Amino acid sequence: MKKKSFARLIAIVSVFAALLLVLTGCGNSSKKSSSSSSNNPSSVKQIKKNGTIRIAVFGDLPPYGWVNQDGKRVGYDVTLAHQVAKDLGVKVKFVQVNANNRVDALNSNKVDLVLANFTVTPERKQVIDFAKPYMKVSVGVVSPKTKPITSASQLKGKNVIVTKGTTAETYFTTKQPNTKLLKFDSKTQQFNALKNGRGVALADDNSYLYAWSKDNPKYTVGIKSIGPKSYISPAVKKGNKSLLNWTNKEINKLTKQGFFVKDYNQQLKPYFGKEVKPSDIVLPTK
Amino acid sequence: MDHSGISVLFEGTNFTRLLGGLWVTVKIAGIALILGLILGIVLGVLRTFRNRLLRLILRLYLEFFRIVPTVVLLFLFYYILPKQLNFNLPADQIATLVFALWVGAEMSDIVRGALISVPKHQRESGLAIGLNRHQLYRYVLIPQAITLEIPATINLATRVIKTTSLLMLISVMDVINIGQQIIEANNHTHPTGVFWVYGLIFLFYFLIDYPLSWWAKRLEKRRLERTNG
Repeated sequence: MKKKSFARLIAIVSVFAALLLVLTGCGNSSKKSSSSSSNNPSSVKQIKKNGTIRIAVFGDLPPYGWVNQDGKRVGYDVTLAHQVAKDLGVKVKFVQVNANNRVDALNSNKVDLVLANFTVTPERKQVIDFAKPYMKVSVGVVSPKTKPITSASQLKGKNVIVTKGTTAETYFTTKQPNTKLLKFDSKTQQFNALKNGRGVALADDNSYLYAWSKDNPKYTVGIKSIGPKSYISPAVKKGNKSLLNWTNKEINKLTKQGFFVKDYNQQLKPYFGKEVKPSDIVLPTK
Repeated sequence: MDHSGISVLFEGTNFTRLLGGLWVTVKIAGIALILGLILGIVLGVLRTFRNRLLRLILRLYLEFFRIVPTVVLLFLFYYILPKQLNFNLPADQIATLVFALWVGAEMSDIVRGALISVPKHQRESGLAIGLNRHQLYRYVLIPQAITLEIPATINLATRVIKTTSLLMLISVMDVINIGQQIIEANNHTHPTGVFWVYGLIFLFYFLIDYPLSWWAKRLEKRRLERTNG
């Protein structure tokens, strides 16, 4: 009896496996046809025809994309989204996403554009298209105001606090091997360690540190940017040339107009405090 | 006490937004349960028939929805299938569809179990007085099966309501999703807000689920009292 039901189980599993294969097989063949420009549901022309652009934003990441107490979506990314919709002459419809379904939302045509603090990486570039960046971030180092660390050479042989899995950890392990790293699992733990004096400084994403040091005025972001810079860009579905070109022009235009500096002053400045200048985050006009 | 976390709940429109999220949750679970129960009863009856092919197909359907985790189903229907098949529905309709299909699958097994546990002499007496298959199900088997299946059905309903908390993964603005928005928006000023927001959400789920499970228990007790005289 047992043997029989086991055989049946195997049969069932293999049927599912076959079904899945068929589904994914269809996917590969239909992918090419669907991304051709003729029936692109996210082209500029189609968006204008629909009268709405669907933009993916975060709903829980202040000050970039979040919801205030009146139930309104606000933030640095959201302001940009409103401007994009205004310049296209259409209404905006927000779709809230998490960090890990931003790519899927684009690829399954749930949204036309992603404006969700989306860092450009080589891996992501293979599956979606990034427009020109509108923000830059990099690793920063925060230290007590009484003993500020202002250059990487001061860290030699000293304890530096990081969180596991962050870009800060990768950077210090590979590029600054003569610092000692104290690694923690969470943000709360790493900041407690710094307050308890277990290291001379703490390294993390600089924008995050700006916000933290504003709430903890005894500390200062002595090194604002160290290591390679990362860029934050709007993203569109792979092959959506029409919207990509339009977005590139839009970012250029808005950068020239000083839109992002204004956006910075409105949305980010209250979080980051006076120490940070717009030029630390916003890209310069070329 | 002006920085106590509980004030997070009553700032601005926070409380009404949470209630709005709860309504989305209840609406999706409710519609999915109604559709799923109808589908499940039909499939459950079909599964007691003799046709082997039909039974195999329905068995596969049941096993598929029972084995594959609900999160995976939601992702499959929301992100993967639209890409392949070119159909595109809003997130809350997808959610209702997935939950209805899931409830249908689970329900078909409950109904089948209830139908075959109606005592054999009932079926044979029905056939003996000349009822056809339709009449046999309509007047003999289903009315007796219903009392057997109600507690299990209510348990399924409470499970469905709880599982709606996964809907935030496909961008449905349910009560959990709105709760997280509120927590993150107030994290800097009210670090203890997280406790109160999740506490309130817990209370919401409890207020919906507890009466259901109480009702299931009472029905089961009454049934046992009746059958044991």
